[in-house]
Amino acid sequence: MGLKRNVSLSTGLRYKGQGPMLTFVLHRIGGLGMGIFVTVHILASFVGGEIGGLANDIYTHWLFQIFIFFCALFHGINGLRITILDLWPHLIAHQRQAIWIEWAVFIPTYALAVIVILQTALGG
Amino acid sequence: MKQKSLTFKERGFNFEMFMWIITRLTALGMYVLLLTAVIGALIMGARTQMNIADVIRWSFMPNPSHVQSTNVPDLAPWSTIFWRLVASTFIFVAVSHGVHGLVVIADDYIVSPRGRSTVRFFSIVMVIAMLVMGLYVLWTQ
Repeated sequence: MGLKRNVSLSTGLRYKGQGPMLTFVLHRIGGLGMGIFVTVHILASFVGGEIGGLANDIYTHWLFQIFIFFCALFHGINGLRITILDLWPHLIAHQRQAIWIEWAVFIPTYALAVIVILQTALGG
Repeated sequence: MKQKSLTFKERGFNFEMFMWIITRLTALGMYVLLLTAVIGALIMGARTQMNIADVIRWSFMPNPSHVQSTNVPDLAPWSTIFWRLVASTFIFVAVSHGVHGLVVIADDYIVSPRGRSTVRFFSIVMVIAMLVMGLYVLWTQ
């Protein structure tokens, strides 16, 4: 086990990984967010009753929906990019462009979803 | 760019490698299941009886309780054996993909052999528990 990190948090935050690093971090946050949500959701629907109702109130809240839709959409689109690049390795030469395409798909789709969620939550 | 390809034997095909490819294939599988649920919902009348949020909710888990609050008049076509099987496949694929993802994240922080085998033990417990609870909810409502 030769893994050792003699790196402070501030140094870690200054690491200039740029685009690919950002997608890596967001992919991880999205995966963790969905993992926790799905676990709680399955538990709550299995237990039911008051605890299930409380969990239901949390994930029907518009703030939570904006967060979880970010997790699901980003993880899905970024995961598709990773899958395509990994299964067709000669495309790795275009990986920077692939990330730009990914943002071009993600930003409009997510913006539209946020507008719809906010309209429903605030406008009724 | 010159590429050097190795055979599976030279590359060392083991369980980690197997799970690596499974993670990619289950990702594609979940896209197929999502599209199946979207197309199914449109065939069953989602265009006039549901809004986009409800269609997304149904697509992520084609489970009849996810269409209860919509204007769909009859839940019978939404609770057939076919949709329960699609939902069961989805939960199996998603749980194995997700729990393996959690193990990958944990491996970045837990590096001792003992810690790693503990993580793997709990990951197996988690997969079984999630599948048992999820399938129970799907098939008993």
